[in-house]
Amino acid sequence: MPLSNRHLLGLQGVPKEDIQLILDTASTFREVLERPIKRVPTLQGKTVVNLFYESSTRTRISFELAEKRLSADSINFAVSASSVSKGESFKDTIKNIEAMKVDMVVVRHSAAGTPLYLTKISDANIINAGDGIHEHPTQGLLDMYSIREKLRKIEGLKVCIVGDVAHSRVALSNIYGLKTMGAEVSVCGPSTMIPKNIEDLGVKVIYNIDEAIQENDVLNVLRIQLERKAREYFPSIREYAKYFGITEERLEKNGKDILILHPGPINRGVELSSGVADGLNQIILKQVTNGVAVRMAVLYLLGTLN
Amino acid sequence: MKIILKNVSLFHPVQKIDEKEIDILLTDGVISKIGKINPEEISGAKVFDLSNKHIVPGFFDMHVHLREPGREDEETVQSGCNAAANGGFTGIACMPNTEPAIDSAEVVSFIKKQSKDHLVDVEVIGAATLGRKGEYISPMAELYEAGVVGFSDDGVAIKTSGILKRAFEYSKMYNIPIIEHCEDETLSGGAMNEGLNSTMLGLPPIPSVAEELIVIRDILLAEYTGGKIHIAHLSTKKSVEMVREAKRKGISVTSEVTPHHFTLIDDSLKIYDTNFKMNPPLRTKADVDEILLGLKDGTIDCIASDHAPHSAEEKEAEFEHAPNGITGLETQVGLALTELYHKKIITLGQLIEKLSINPRKILNLPVPNFEVGQIANFTILDLTEIFTFDINRSKSKSKNSPFDKRLLTGKALGVINKSKMFYQDEFLNL
Ligand SMILES: [Zn+2]
Ligand SMILES: [Zn+2]
Repeated sequence: MPLSNRHLLGLQGVPKEDIQLILDTASTFREVLERPIKRVPTLQGKTVVNLFYESSTRTRISFELAEKRLSADSINFAVSASSVSKGESFKDTIKNIEAMKVDMVVVRHSAAGTPLYLTKISDANIINAGDGIHEHPTQGLLDMYSIREKLRKIEGLKVCIVGDVAHSRVALSNIYGLKTMGAEVSVCGPSTMIPKNIEDLGVKVIYNIDEAIQENDVLNVLRIQLERKAREYFPSIREYAKYFGITEERLEKNGKDILILHPGPINRGVELSSGVADGLNQIILKQVTNGVAVRMAVLYLLGTLN
Repeated sequence: MKIILKNVSLFHPVQKIDEKEIDILLTDGVISKIGKINPEEISGAKVFDLSNKHIVPGFFDMHVHLREPGREDEETVQSGCNAAANGGFTGIACMPNTEPAIDSAEVVSFIKKQSKDHLVDVEVIGAATLGRKGEYISPMAELYEAGVVGFSDDGVAIKTSGILKRAFEYSKMYNIPIIEHCEDETLSGGAMNEGLNSTMLGLPPIPSVAEELIVIRDILLAEYTGGKIHIAHLSTKKSVEMVREAKRKGISVTSEVTPHHFTLIDDSLKIYDTNFKMNPPLRTKADVDEILLGLKDGTIDCIASDHAPHSAEEKEAEFEHAPNGITGLETQVGLALTELYHKKIITLGQLIEKLSINPRKILNLPVPNFEVGQIANFTILDLTEIFTFDINRSKSKSKNSPFDKRLLTGKALGVINKSKMFYQDEFLNL
């Protein structure tokens, strides 16, 4: 059964069967990644453009690797932040890329809605690699894959997304995906970092991190942005770490064997203590490996649709 | 030249005229007879059969952005006036956020000169502060003498309470209003209304309270100084409630709403179409409901378009980076008739008051009367014609409208003013 949509713009509205299919396909590719020759000819002859309007080395490398493992021809197109603000140049770039007859475009952009806009002006399959503070569907998928791999299920689990939910593209994708798969989702963070009306998505809001640890099976801990603008939302890094940071003492105190995810890169000593970041509860490096497998699955399923 | 408008329904809410099958004779654009006219009696008269069409006092849009001087690629005084005539307006007031801003008599005279020969009256709103920067009040006396009818820093609110207080005090000498774009910029800076939709779309939010804080600030300062405040494009439930309460207390406050704010809500943004991006942003159903109530009970005095032309290149950007604003001169009458009159929110009389009488009163301009000897200032309406708005037939230089292909009921067929007529896509000297 093929995917029901020829683009992956977000996890909002993606049916359970599609997510299931992507996760199952990712399992197959996960095995490929364990082989001595980690390459399959599946997307030979297909051209994928990685269009990155925002530097994100990790996500780009993960996609690039996934494309190479599937034998696709991939082109990196990085655009410096300084030229982003001009709308004109954006449209010109897209038209240029369109003229090159590419099959798929993986797009990362600081502005929400850009992947949707691309679907209107390009015939290629569009994969959203993060648009503003909207969605980052492959991250949501790899988080779900990692949870399922470790805990053997998603349905019925209680998952809490911790941190700057309001300025995260990971949070929404997790919320949509996890809820579709039958998990109970909550968010926890300083109230300035919880976006308006999030409860209306069927998400519980928790302001106390100990409560979040006690109540949940999984914590997906977001990275806190440390630059000045993000800092308007909380008084100090020290205060954030003290009241929302996950430490070994905190896990111990709540007597809880809990699974911890983090999309990386980690601010050690802020959202996670070093002990937790390297500890037994986390699967952070597994997430990185799974990221490649999940992206292979998405590229493969979309690339072989027609 | 003599023309006869045959079989019109003549309607004037202030003069209490509501008559059917009337003929009007115009001689060189001046009303010379109202009643039954036998065309054979008047040799050489051009006859327009307007059976089932209404003639009402010419519409006036008190909130229009002409882009001249500065961005003539987006709109000129000429193209803006053509759009106004095409949309059923015989007069407009243009906002001062041009480049340079309208903060000197020279720019006022320039705009007046550009519009002199056009059918559409162009009134000018002067900047309230120098360069609209909010630091020093503009030369209000000089601007008044040059003919401005209001002061505004539209695009932004007057920056501080201190400068606003002085602007009220100074403008009071001339009895003309401060027209305020209500937005506390320390709270706004986003791309859409704050709520579930902004959370789901991942777009930076603008809370409704950013508008409301400035509305209440302005009302309090107007009360304190005795100045006149006109709230531009109000968009939230609380704004309507505060204006209603202020009016009840007898404070000199008036207000306007745009057609998009009584027609659309922020659900429309789900496709990230930048033609739905404006400031203030589209709000929620609860806000629209209160706006409709405000239109009905008179809290909202005027309907004004906030016509804001933008080039396609600039509008075709990422949602967050695209400029705010939409064109509105040519959809305004159709939307008001469709959404307000036909849905029985307001009567035809109220509609004409909000589109013709009240804006002129607020700006101290004479209201057109239907009397022999008066220069004809008419809008010709077909209240029931159903048509699809086609942006490609717009007279504006810019095409940034969210209402392209929208089905509307009720249309402005033409206008008459300054001894000129615009009818069936043609200008005619009378
Ligand atoms: Zn404004
Ligand atoms: Zn405006």
